[in-house]
Amino acid sequence: MIGNAPFFVVGLLFLWGLMAIFTQKNLIKIAMAITILGSSVNMFLVALGYRTGGRVPIHFLEGDGGPMVLPTPQAMTLTAIVIALATTALILSLIMLIYRHYGTINVDEVRRLRG
Amino acid sequence: MNWTDHLPALLLAVPLLGAFVTPLVSLGGKMLRNTLLVVTTFVTLVIAFLLWKDVLVSGTAVYVMGEKVFNLTMPSGMKLPVRIILEADAFSAFMALCGAIASFAGALFSLNYMEGFSGMKRYVSLYCLLTVGMLGMTITGDLFNFFVFIEIASIASFGLIAFWRDKAEAVEASFKYTLVSQVASMVLLLAFGALYGKYNALNIAAIGSLLKFGFMEKIVLVFIVASLACKCGAFPMHMWLPDSYAEAPSGVSCLLVAVSQASLYGLVRVCFSLYGVTMGASFIPWVVILLGLASMFFGVTMAVVQHDIKRLMGYHSVSQVGYMLLGFGVGMLVLSDAKGMADYGFAAIQGGVFHMFNYTMYKALLFLAAGSLYYTTGKRDLNDMGGLARKMPYTTFMFVIAAAAIAGLPPFNGFVSKLLIYESSFAVHPSLAAIALISSVLTLASFVKVFQTAFLGPEQNAFLSVREVPSGMLAGMGVLTVVILAVSLFPSITMSYFVEPASKALVDQAGYIGAIMGGGM
Repeated sequence: MIGNAPFFVVGLLFLWGLMAIFTQKNLIKIAMAITILGSSVNMFLVALGYRTGGRVPIHFLEGDGGPMVLPTPQAMTLTAIVIALATTALILSLIMLIYRHYGTINVDEVRRLRG
Repeated sequence: MNWTDHLPALLLAVPLLGAFVTPLVSLGGKMLRNTLLVVTTFVTLVIAFLLWKDVLVSGTAVYVMGEKVFNLTMPSGMKLPVRIILEADAFSAFMALCGAIASFAGALFSLNYMEGFSGMKRYVSLYCLLTVGMLGMTITGDLFNFFVFIEIASIASFGLIAFWRDKAEAVEASFKYTLVSQVASMVLLLAFGALYGKYNALNIAAIGSLLKFGFMEKIVLVFIVASLACKCGAFPMHMWLPDSYAEAPSGVSCLLVAVSQASLYGLVRVCFSLYGVTMGASFIPWVVILLGLASMFFGVTMAVVQHDIKRLMGYHSVSQVGYMLLGFGVGMLVLSDAKGMADYGFAAIQGGVFHMFNYTMYKALLFLAAGSLYYTTGKRDLNDMGGLARKMPYTTFMFVIAAAAIAGLPPFNGFVSKLLIYESSFAVHPSLAAIALISSVLTLASFVKVFQTAFLGPEQNAFLSVREVPSGMLAGMGVLTVVILAVSLFPSITMSYFVEPASKALVDQAGYIGAIMGGGM
């Protein structure tokens, strides 16, 4: 049971992020929700690769006994983090531009595109 | 070793190189930068064509990154492929070719269209990156790589949609797209992670050979279908699509059409090559069919009432994606039923595949034509236009061809693919074909309206000084017109050399898996 704890946390974080995207009105909070969503997925990947009592997956640093922790999900997570960095930067700069044009970061008032 | 072996890698390397040398080359002036854009996209097109020809002659092309031998997918002692593998079968090469044509046409068009705007080196750079993302999605054989390419394409398109950042609408459209696309990508990555956790592999072929359809796989399939349907603009998640297509510069809208098709390619690839017959004729095929019907009908009903010419076309995109989803959905429905497959299932898949190509060509052309109208008149509202046929004869001619193709008038390519979809969906249930036909009639009505208000009617005083658009823009539209006419005038050649191999490759799950895993599955 305790071994599945990371996955429950991932599920909670993911739902939390998703809910925040739909319910929050502040664009900055929405950007934070997207980051939370991304982090939960990254945590999912890392948790997948973990083996109980596992060793470092680097040959000259490994300890004694036990299986190695899977390195592939870690590589994937690093890639996903870099991508998330780029998108977060873009989202924040878009919010900045929106603030300049509309003078507000309330979702309900940023609504020129309709119909 | 033959240089054509490296075509899959070159297909990605050339536009990627183009993207990153743009800032350097731009130091040499405008002329040099424009040349770079055209040369890069043209070389990409040539490579895509060679790859397609190569695949047609000698079967699925496989390229292993970082291996001494380019096609050694399974080093000895390995049970699963460990390296990053590009895999181009006839369907992937077909999609890559289709995207490369759109990219070349959009690049030619952009030369004159974007003249006089600052920041063009960023435009060219992002344009090449968007091309890389789109092509990468079509030829990768690896799920995580698919995610990386979808993100490359998304990030480039966020920037390009908001390129006119002094327009509030453009920034808002870009933000909307960012939100939708980020949520979709995260759901997608979660699904890929779950597959990795169970099967210890990321290669589509490797997972496909191991896959057992259990509870977890059902959830993963739902996640993947939902997120990719969202990225290609199917009905309930379509709201970003008209906004971003309308607010992006027209050359970019033209490429975005191809990018949304690459997402649809991913959806279809996962359903056919990863899940294949194990999926069964149950829940998912009907979900895809219903998504298709809803997109088709609601897309077109919203398009009919639009005044803004580019928003109108954006809503038509939603509706057109519906046709492809309907075709592929019918194909999935009978995937495990040999008789149904021979009777109408294969025709449905052919219709879907052909419609993907046709849609990319004529919708790209329509966006470019709308861009030409905006370029000359400075307006996007149909109520302000009129009598432009006299002033812009070439644009009018090309617009008519594209409009006839999207409405499915007989000699044109849109008719062939729509007919295939009608016939096959009729075999499943007549009401499916009825909804598709009604949507097609409404499409025709809406394009008659556009043609009548923008091009016909008396000459207006406001447009006395309007001239035909410059030659670069005409050339961009001309490329697509020539392709549409060629495909329309030689339907039997197109079907047997172009569409049928692609459809066969899509259905042939064992072939796709065998190319990576060896014959022993």
